[in-house]
Amino acid sequence: MSQGASKSLLLRGYVVLVFIFVFTPIVTSFIFSVNSDRFPTIPLGHFTTHWYETIFADPDVWDAFRVSGIVSITVATLATFIGFCTAYTDYRYNFTGKALYLSLALLPPTIPLVIMGLAMLALLARINMSGEIYSIVVSHVVLCSPFAMAVIRMRLAQINPDLESAAWNLGASNWRAMQEVIVPFCRPAIASAFCLTAAVSFDEFAVAWFVSGLNKTVPVMILEILQGNTDPQINAIGSIVFITSMTLVILAQLILMRKTINQTATGI
Amino acid sequence: MPIVIWQLIFFVFPLIFLVVLSFWLVKNYRMVPGFDTINWVKMFSKGYFWDAYWRTLGYAGVATIVTSILAFPCAFALAFKVSPKVRRWALFFLIVPFFTSYLVRTYSWQIFLNDNGIFNTLFALVGLGPFQLLNNFFGTLVGYLTLCLPLVVVLQLISLANVDRTLIEAAHNLGCGRLRTVFQVIVPLAKIGIILGAVFTFILTFGDFVSPYYLGGSKPPTLSILIIDTTKSGQQWPRAAVVAIVMIVTLLTIMFASVAAAYRKRS
Repeated sequence: MSQGASKSLLLRGYVVLVFIFVFTPIVTSFIFSVNSDRFPTIPLGHFTTHWYETIFADPDVWDAFRVSGIVSITVATLATFIGFCTAYTDYRYNFTGKALYLSLALLPPTIPLVIMGLAMLALLARINMSGEIYSIVVSHVVLCSPFAMAVIRMRLAQINPDLESAAWNLGASNWRAMQEVIVPFCRPAIASAFCLTAAVSFDEFAVAWFVSGLNKTVPVMILEILQGNTDPQINAIGSIVFITSMTLVILAQLILMRKTINQTATGI
Repeated sequence: MPIVIWQLIFFVFPLIFLVVLSFWLVKNYRMVPGFDTINWVKMFSKGYFWDAYWRTLGYAGVATIVTSILAFPCAFALAFKVSPKVRRWALFFLIVPFFTSYLVRTYSWQIFLNDNGIFNTLFALVGLGPFQLLNNFFGTLVGYLTLCLPLVVVLQLISLANVDRTLIEAAHNLGCGRLRTVFQVIVPLAKIGIILGAVFTFILTFGDFVSPYYLGGSKPPTLSILIIDTTKSGQQWPRAAVVAIVMIVTLLTIMFASVAAAYRKRS
């Protein structure tokens, strides 16, 4: 058995290696965001908040965060609404063309972002809608609603189908049953879909880069700094972006988990 | 049905428009609607287009194989060798990177891989190198792995965790060796997750421009870099549209073939 044990140890070591590979760039970015050297290498310089001060003094950065904020909140709202409707339609109804309907709803993430960017730019430029904040919003809703749909659909799969019928039997209209049975049941999924889509939109750079024009979002700004020289500002901006996205994701996770625990406790 | 309307307007319509656009002409830096196959003929007769096409296909293919192979032992260990609690945490930490900026992670790898970077500094300490780690396929591959590895581990892990344990025990009882059990019992049972992971890697790496650009040195170009160069530098949108359509057709073909393979009845 000692051979089995050493193999098992080897496998565990390998898992640790994979995690080191995955987290090295993330941790590095944090470290160099507070490192004094202009050109990041080892040995490290001393601790500094200089790069953060630089970016906070830069009106362009503030502007980018403003655009990103507007975009991600609007996108999250629209995408979650659309995702909910799609998920509900899929859950409730059977109709001809449903396969087509679902593939239409879920296909967008499989199209390369560069192509989506080009296609959106070409179309939006043609109808004079490119280069505005709402150009980014419409493109991002297309990309994000599948995520919202997936999260909410998973929640709907857990609902007892009799609940809605019971509401109807008790005289509730379709609309009222939706409001008082389906929506409350899906509330945690809706909240977490909101956070997830906000996070996805907040991080997306390729499509935004094509259609944004002068309204740069934060990732587009990072992309443009990246095209220039090495600049530790990227690490500082990146760390803030990371913290924002992570807050959203963890929030989404917590909302989902707390609700599940409550429900196992009350036995719903 | 709001999604149908929305997706029709902002997803299907732009893609259809892309096809239309590929037949337009560019005159005096302005696009003129029309129907001319010149963009297709021009692109298809260019050596650099086909070079880029095969290069991109090759990059994505290699990335898919490497990622799947590197991910499997990790997913395997997490599925069979750790407690459920550890598995849940591992899953959580594998999803985290999905929400961190891919651009920033790419930039971090530049710090490690460049000629005076951290790796070469460390190699120099033991009297090795310097090695060229950036601006070649190795750099690109590191970027691809950063993008895909966590996702592939998750997909494989989900599939492996659903494998019926009694079948594995049965194989052991019938005298099937460990490695043989892995390859003849577990891998076929987890086929869907493994193929799904591979398909996602292929889709993501085939369309990605960040890794080949910032870690691979952008030259020679991949198809996505070609699209960006054609769009951003010139007004040659119709030609970029041709490249885009070729990419979509290639991706769809490979996707359908793999999904068919994944769900084919087990004989």
